[in-house]
Amino acid sequence: MKILVPIKRVVDFNVKIHVKSNGSGVDLANVKMSINPFDEIAVEEAIRLKESGKASEVIIVTIGPEKAQEQIRSAMAMGADRGILVKTDAPIDLAGVEPLAVAKTLKALIEKEKPDLVIMGKQSIDDDFSQTGQMLAALLGWAQGTFASKLDINDGKIHVTREIDGGLETLELSSPAIITTDLRLNEPRYAKLPDIMKAKKKQLDIIEPPDLGVDYTPRLEIISVNEPPVRKGGIKVDSVDALIDKLRNEAKVI
Amino acid sequence: MSILILAEHDNKTIKSATLNTIGAASQIGGDIHVLVAGANCDAVAQEAAQIAGVTKVIKADAASLEHPIAENIAPILVDLASNYSHILAPATTFGKNILPRAAALLDTQQISDIIAVESADTFKRPVYAGNAIATVKSSDAIKLITVRGTTFDAAATSGGSASIEDYNAPEATNLTTFVKAELSVSERPELTAAKIVVSGGRGVGSEENFAIIEKLADKLGAAIGASRAAVDAGYVPNDYQVGQTGKIVAPDLYIAIGISGAIQHLAGMKGSKTIVAINKDADAPIFAIADYGLVADLFDAVPELTEKL
Repeated sequence: MKILVPIKRVVDFNVKIHVKSNGSGVDLANVKMSINPFDEIAVEEAIRLKESGKASEVIIVTIGPEKAQEQIRSAMAMGADRGILVKTDAPIDLAGVEPLAVAKTLKALIEKEKPDLVIMGKQSIDDDFSQTGQMLAALLGWAQGTFASKLDINDGKIHVTREIDGGLETLELSSPAIITTDLRLNEPRYAKLPDIMKAKKKQLDIIEPPDLGVDYTPRLEIISVNEPPVRKGGIKVDSVDALIDKLRNEAKVI
Repeated sequence: MSILILAEHDNKTIKSATLNTIGAASQIGGDIHVLVAGANCDAVAQEAAQIAGVTKVIKADAASLEHPIAENIAPILVDLASNYSHILAPATTFGKNILPRAAALLDTQQISDIIAVESADTFKRPVYAGNAIATVKSSDAIKLITVRGTTFDAAATSGGSASIEDYNAPEATNLTTFVKAELSVSERPELTAAKIVVSGGRGVGSEENFAIIEKLADKLGAAIGASRAAVDAGYVPNDYQVGQTGKIVAPDLYIAIGISGAIQHLAGMKGSKTIVAINKDADAPIFAIADYGLVADLFDAVPELTEKL
């Protein structure tokens, strides 16, 4: 079984982002970039399937700038076999390569690579769309198992447990399928130094979007990007009695 | 303009997020139709027909639609799409799972999780975990949109008298089959619709200790939430999680207990009207956004609060 894992280069989740003062977007100059956390969980899951003998090859793919090779190398250091960068200078966070365009790119790659399974993050922490996996499944006519917290593959049967609003749901998917990962699917490993060195020698192909026949013209125009309204802190109370008094007589919420 | 709403329901009643989605649709303007896709879902269709502002209910009633499998519902939306300028669904795990599948089939770039309607083609949505708000304008012929329920008023559940039209659903795909659901059963109000939410974090310390959170919640008639840390530690099930990657809540009163206030948690609750924080660490970031902060050991303060209320 061959597994394709699409990942995205995003601002590291620990970085406090700054909105540009001209309202055009978020300032990404000189900030730490990482693999999108949900995608890292996808990489880990694919590698575990390989380690358990269920998968034969794990291929990483990303769409982004030249520098996105760093994130592919990180995924290969975790244990993925090879990588593909679809190189574009278009922005990948806002007003750039949108989920539908990403899904079309991945579809074109999948027709070449013919994986049996695609595992990817449920959303990226920059544009927070949560669409790409579902869109890709639609374009391919494949089954989708979104927001996965557990994945069981036995005798060609795929069972996915999904985190839904009321609790958990388990579906059986026909193969090939798209899985999108939720937080509790696994805890990604840290790459060890020898593996980081080894990853530098792994195969990484670079292709351009026109090679895949996909147009990256955005459908959504960003009118502006602004800071959210700031919520001001209130006061500290010194006792439970004082708190009850405030809630009853000032906020009037109880 | 005509707007189609994908109703979320359990074949018995409509989920409240659907009402907020209809609230968003009424701000866009135009005829509002509701699609009820389910099995033996006539009660839901009847309920939908009563909702204020709804002029037509389309009922797709088939055994294959008993569970909301995206592979089976998306084709219905695609089939109906040409009659509509907008298709809206709640930004719940239900809507998030299904709508992008329909959007791709319609070659449309969906707009996720809107928090405001600026005009029929321009919407505000949070990005970067709510640390920035983007105003986006769509150039697609049909707009597919998921709606964050907490920022729109719910449509009234009565006052409407819509017609109900039967729709013959296409045969189900065999791509995906439902195996089982493990749903939390609770007498408490639904987390995203509750007027009061009491949430516990890592500071609560264990599954057993969560009992003191439950007692306070029951005293207040509140729903129970939790931080990601508390869910990851196994104190409570995943569906209790409040935050950017969990549920977004905006109750009248949010009481955060033993929650430090990580950015991703704040993204899920900072729209609450009044926020109370109880934490023994006076420097916890939660105090920076709380209306009322109490620096105290939660194991003393919470039982005292429960008793005195």
